[in-house]
Amino acid sequence: MDRQGAGVRGNLSAAPTAWGSDQMQARIRRRYRQERNFKAMGILALMIAAGFLVFLMVTVIGSGWNSFRQTQVLVPVTFEAERLGITPEQARADPRALSRANFQGVLSDSVERRFGDDAALVSDGAWLALRKAVEADPALIGTTKEMWLIATSNIDQLSKRQIDLDADETNRPVNDVEIAAWGRLKAEGKLRTVLNMTFLTSADSVDPELAGIWGALKGSFLTLVVTLAISFPVGVLAAIYLEEFAAKNRWTDIVEVSINNLAAVPSIIFGLLGLSVFLNTMNMPRSAPVVGGLTLALMTLPVIVIASRAAIKAVPPSIRDAALGIGASRVQVVFHHVLPLALPGMLTGTILGMARALGETAPLLMIGMRAFLTSVPQGLTQPATALPVQIFIWSDNVSRGFVEKTSGAIIVLLVFLLTINSLAIYLRNRFEVRW
Amino acid sequence: MSIGFVFLVVLALGGLAYWLGRQRGMAFAVAGGARVGAVHSRPQYHGAFVAIMALLPAFLVLAIWAVMGEGLVAREVLSGLPAGAVGDSDLERSAFLSEVRGLVRGDYAAAFNPSAEGAASAWKLASARYGLLFASASLALGLMGGLWAWTRLKPDFRARTRVERFMMILLVVASLVAILTTFGIVASLVFESFRFFQMVSPIEFLFGTQWSPQTAIRADQVGSSGAFGAVPLFWGTIFIGAIIAMIVAIPLGLMTAIYLTQYAAPAFRKVAKPVLEVLAGVPTVVYGFFAALTVAPAVRDFAISIGISNASSESALAAGLVMGVMIIPFVSSMADDALTAVPASMRDGSLAMGATPSETIRKVMIPAALPGIVGGVLLAVSRAIGETMIVVMAAGLAANLTANPFNSVTTVTAQIVALLTGDQEFDSAKTLSAFALGLVLFLVTLALNIYALAVVKKYREAYD
Repeated sequence: MDRQGAGVRGNLSAAPTAWGSDQMQARIRRRYRQERNFKAMGILALMIAAGFLVFLMVTVIGSGWNSFRQTQVLVPVTFEAERLGITPEQARADPRALSRANFQGVLSDSVERRFGDDAALVSDGAWLALRKAVEADPALIGTTKEMWLIATSNIDQLSKRQIDLDADETNRPVNDVEIAAWGRLKAEGKLRTVLNMTFLTSADSVDPELAGIWGALKGSFLTLVVTLAISFPVGVLAAIYLEEFAAKNRWTDIVEVSINNLAAVPSIIFGLLGLSVFLNTMNMPRSAPVVGGLTLALMTLPVIVIASRAAIKAVPPSIRDAALGIGASRVQVVFHHVLPLALPGMLTGTILGMARALGETAPLLMIGMRAFLTSVPQGLTQPATALPVQIFIWSDNVSRGFVEKTSGAIIVLLVFLLTINSLAIYLRNRFEVRW
Repeated sequence: MSIGFVFLVVLALGGLAYWLGRQRGMAFAVAGGARVGAVHSRPQYHGAFVAIMALLPAFLVLAIWAVMGEGLVAREVLSGLPAGAVGDSDLERSAFLSEVRGLVRGDYAAAFNPSAEGAASAWKLASARYGLLFASASLALGLMGGLWAWTRLKPDFRARTRVERFMMILLVVASLVAILTTFGIVASLVFESFRFFQMVSPIEFLFGTQWSPQTAIRADQVGSSGAFGAVPLFWGTIFIGAIIAMIVAIPLGLMTAIYLTQYAAPAFRKVAKPVLEVLAGVPTVVYGFFAALTVAPAVRDFAISIGISNASSESALAAGLVMGVMIIPFVSSMADDALTAVPASMRDGSLAMGATPSETIRKVMIPAALPGIVGGVLLAVSRAIGETMIVVMAAGLAANLTANPFNSVTTVTAQIVALLTGDQEFDSAKTLSAFALGLVLFLVTLALNIYALAVVKKYREAYD
């Protein structure tokens, strides 16, 4: 403003509107340059936002895709009956006898015989594979069988080239003995990399090579079932009441204001509510999906109410008038005509609310769903964790193996969110009617 | 008898009640013939009326069972124990009961406490007896309710009115849940904060500059008093959420909104908008992981390279930068709304006078849209200061009162998480202080939201 003003004052010799004058031409050039710069700034801002997203995705996928691969070692396992403590006949007669058998001993003997005692190559959890093999075929007892067993996290990381071999031994998580053993195994072809079923089918563990996301995934699922079962009906009914029946009075205003404010309350406050009301006052079980689901339901409720009200508002009044005109009661108008027409919009809002609930971490931390659990939750009242919380727990772990697990869990979470959101977009495009 | 099974039986009873009522209603319709007004309600309303009357009392009993059943069983098991088997304190009792529960479920193979084995069988007996009691009460009441309703059915019975009245009650109850939630939040925060302020004075909490909530277990330990001056937390929250994050988010969000609404071709907008939506949909724990794993080390290395020796790997800058990126879509969509609400005549007038598009935007559109943009920014601030996971994972827990962005600061939300996870006794000042922090956070975000929404609303009305 000032510069232009000064320019005009300094130009008293030529008329300010003289298009041909040099000053005018310079001014126009300057203004066009500003225009181009401004536009470039807009593109730059967009590029930064998009670039960050790409950077984030590349980082996560780059470190996470390894968690879907697992390194296995070929070990000749000798199932000695004395060491196991059971005979093939016992195993056949009573499958429960297997739970008493000493598979850990057999495993450590076999590994020691094959590799010596100097390096940990096979995961401690690999004995489960032995038990499964004997379960399937009790005749294995007393024989020797070559088996692919899960490698330890260090061998796994070496195979995935995640460790800087040039670093000083004190600065890297793997010692020279392990590197030498890994090199030998690799040269002999006793290592292979396969799809990591452990990661997809087991619960958390202290060993990165045995940790999986299935427990957290199921916990998330159970939690969301409770959330959906409560927030969808309550949200839709509340929206119907506010939009179709509520008289305009102080009471309705209070309901509306509280719903709009709840939508903006930080999620951690809902966690505090859950902790203080559900756990400490109502004595509900700690860490349970039912409590997590209730807490997230209260958080999702305003989202669903607001979306449902918008969907009801979009139904044209002519439909209500027509139904009323042929003698329907007000309740019939709403439930027979308005609700079916508004349902796609309501469902879209609900799905988006569920997606938000799926990614939510803070309230679940408050109600204790960050417990370290090595078993998959079986019911709504059993201790469970959720996928985002599992990501948070793993991200705290300094072990190298858990960095890729964290990213792997993030990939799974993002895939689920993407699926849910695409479903919402599909529903919106497929069923939403514009009047 | 498990509660789930009884629930299914009650549902089946409801289905049967509906069918019987509907049959009766249809019989009325047949008997009444074609005469208008012979039957008041259509058959399905008769059915629904009978079903509601059967289900309502049955579900009520089931709800009581679900809430109180285990408490009753536990009380009976405890009273049936020989004296002195379990200690008197609540803690010992609940430990004993959880062991018994584990035995009953089969989680534990053997009991640690010798009397738990006996208690487990007593538990099974008691829970079977209570289960039978509640199940039969539920079914009996359901049957009675259904029968009573069925006998009331008559051709001129106003079944539809009854059913619709019930629906209305249901609707009102649903809308009350929102108020109850608000009330629950306020009540629990105020109640726990009140207990906290009995131990620590509000003046010290709001204006003290020392924060170290670690209260010692023994009285003679060093630092046993704990310090609850929350100013470093408030400053850290403002520093990360309202200053650093906004320095990132406001220019980027505003410029993206301007470009998308004023310059971009519709085809480009179609591509760019989903990018922003994806950015908004990424869970905060992912941002937090990214901030801690990638951004924080980069910021530390940068700080060291420009000669700051004590740079922390948990810096305010790393958390603030990532939070700013998280907020970009939010600011952008608020600015988008505000810009599109500016009447086209203002823009067209400016362009017609010979202003370039950028001059029009800077000197006409933005001043006109400013209240809307400011309102949106305030909403973004309120969201940023309530954000938890990014700061928990990237900002650290050191309560420093510093304006150096490479230093570590902590925020209200990060402290709430730190105070309430892990072992806790619920009556200590340490845990209760989390609720006082929550109350402050709730009030501040509430005030920001109400004010911002009022600004936005007033602005919209100015152009409507």
